Amino acid sequence: MAGSNEKVLIKGNYAIAQAAINAGCQCYFGYPITPQTEIGEYLSAQMPKLGRGYVCAESEIAAINMVLGAAATGVRAMTSSSSLAVALMQEALSYAASDELPIVLVNVMRVGPGLGYIYPAQGDYNQSVYGGGNGDYKIIVLAPATVQECIDFTYRAFYLAQKYRNPVILLADGLLGQMMEPAYFRENPYPEVDVSSWALTGAKNRDSRAIYSLGPDEKKQIQHIYNLFKKFEIIAENETSYEEFETEDADIILTAFGSMTRNIKAAMKVLRSKGIKAGCFRPITLSPFPNKRINELAGQGKDFLVVEMNMGQMFKDVKYSVGGQSRTGLVNRPVGEWLSVEEIVEAVENFMEKSYAASIQYS
Amino acid sequence: MGRIKIDNNRCKSCYLCVTTCPKGLIKKSSKTNRLGDYLVEFDDKNGECIGCAMCAKRCPDMAIIEVYK
Amino acid sequence: MQQVFSIPKSMKKDFKYTFCPGCDHGVAIRLVAELLDEMNLRENTICSTSIGCSVFLYDFLDVDCVEAPHGRACASATGVKRARPDKFVFTYQGDGDFASIGLAESMHTALRGECVSAICINNTTYGMTGGQLGPTTIMGQVTTTSPYGRNREYYGYPIRVAEQIALCDGTAYSARVALDTIPHINQAKQALKKAFEVQLQGLGFGFVEILSSCPTNWHMTPQEAHIRVKEEMIPVFPLGVYKDITTEKGE
Repeated sequence: MAGSNEKVLIKGNYAIAQAAINAGCQCYFGYPITPQTEIGEYLSAQMPKLGRGYVCAESEIAAINMVLGAAATGVRAMTSSSSLAVALMQEALSYAASDELPIVLVNVMRVGPGLGYIYPAQGDYNQSVYGGGNGDYKIIVLAPATVQECIDFTYRAFYLAQKYRNPVILLADGLLGQMMEPAYFRENPYPEVDVSSWALTGAKNRDSRAIYSLGPDEKKQIQHIYNLFKKFEIIAENETSYEEFETEDADIILTAFGSMTRNIKAAMKVLRSKGIKAGCFRPITLSPFPNKRINELAGQGKDFLVVEMNMGQMFKDVKYSVGGQSRTGLVNRPVGEWLSVEEIVEAVENFMEKSYAASIQYS
Repeated sequence: MGRIKIDNNRCKSCYLCVTTCPKGLIKKSSKTNRLGDYLVEFDDKNGECIGCAMCAKRCPDMAIIEVYK
Repeated sequence: MQQVFSIPKSMKKDFKYTFCPGCDHGVAIRLVAELLDEMNLRENTICSTSIGCSVFLYDFLDVDCVEAPHGRACASATGVKRARPDKFVFTYQGDGDFASIGLAESMHTALRGECVSAICINNTTYGMTGGQLGPTTIMGQVTTTSPYGRNREYYGYPIRVAEQIALCDGTAYSARVALDTIPHINQAKQALKKAFEVQLQGLGFGFVEILSSCPTNWHMTPQEAHIRVKEEMIPVFPLGVYKDITTEKGE
């Protein structure tokens, strides 16, 4: 299914699984949880045929630690899970970031907090971007909005993980995971990454290597953390990506990530037809976050309205990036039916009115 | 006749070798390590060492680095 | 004159153990290093290390090592083995790591019959944190978190790891050894060798539980600590081979 320009109708979860195979994922370890279980099901059928590694792990904790072990040997390895079970993996993510292990974690978000439920939501922005593990570390987070992007971003996730020796989270949601959409599997566009300088393959004709995060030496530990953050600056410089639509003449920019992007694009068209100059801005990498670009746009006096299915997790980052240069609003619902085009349009109209009222008040 | 070589830098003065040597040829020394603990010394004036290497197998710190038989 | 003992080549050059005086970890690591030498495995080995006193293994052994979070060494070793089935993979863990926080991972790695070898150092206490009650603390034993001794009411019973691992169908070899006497040290080496061999033969999970002393946290001299291993530990944790599919008929 690689290198084809023919579109197939495929479920997001299957698309991610097949893309992982195409990207050269040698090992998959996972534990079932709705709404991402199809990824493991698909790979349990495919990986043995390809002679690659697959383990039905006893828990999410075991699964991600198996990924840690496999990734340390230089092969491409991944696990997938959903919200509350990703919470179980946070310790290992912290280790992987400190150990600079290139692991890929697919999080098909569902509802929280606690057990929540299996319908889609976007409540893991903070968990992914800021992490739930201990200490200072950063993870690359990619947020697809279509099944096609599920494929393309999976390729990118494996590449970025090895290129920068950093964990990568592919942050999808139940909507994407369960939805069927036409998509095609292009050839993996990214080159192979040379891992021979650090991968564990046995100390033959070279010194032995140890990958660990233990830091009893204070000076080394300080330097290590500075190095991790310097690396992430380079990642931010090279890899920050976003999408913009009609922001040039926009007075108000709708901002969303992941699946929610689909509705803000539609809402933008409705608003334009009503004479409201709306644009769209959609971060693709949630970490590194495109704060420079948002800051630029805000500097041109454009207001931002963040649309998300949580209590305003990305809103804080947008507001921080805007830096008080213009107004930042939030339209959200924690869980449930996703914000419709009508609701978004109404929210924009209210937001614009408030702005007008405010300007009268102060003039 | 056997012989052993002790690395004083590794010795932590647990004296397990002293109680292990079947011939009683290892004893507390009057020399101390950096922590002030008395080291051990191999005292085999009569050539009794049989090179059994039990001291080296017992030493938790591999401070007995060589044994000859 | 013939040299009958030397530092194993699989030890790092100029290593210096950071364990307490009299700690048996040093002996266990030496046995592993000697076997890596004798079985010519060093260049093909990837070790999955653990948390606790055993954490420092990568400072001593001259082999490739990957760190696993607390308790997850067997999971990490599974990942290594599945990614590189041609490598020799082993874990080196304490009882807290293997049998308390990591019991699920350890047990399931055995149940899957994962071709890795696991070593569990049992000293009946959490050594690194200063001697608290652990999964193998024996009844009546006083620790910093069982100041009146381990009893059924508050703490329940210790786990007999080698027996439990032997019950797993995927286990090829499970044994308990001790390091309190020279004969026991020799037996321990034979057991470790067997646990390594079953992996190399592709037979399944190889496991050795090693009864070890912790003079510091037991508040004993190294000599007294070995007497405790003999008089208090071995009666509770009997030495022996609990499973060996290479000698069982019909396996």
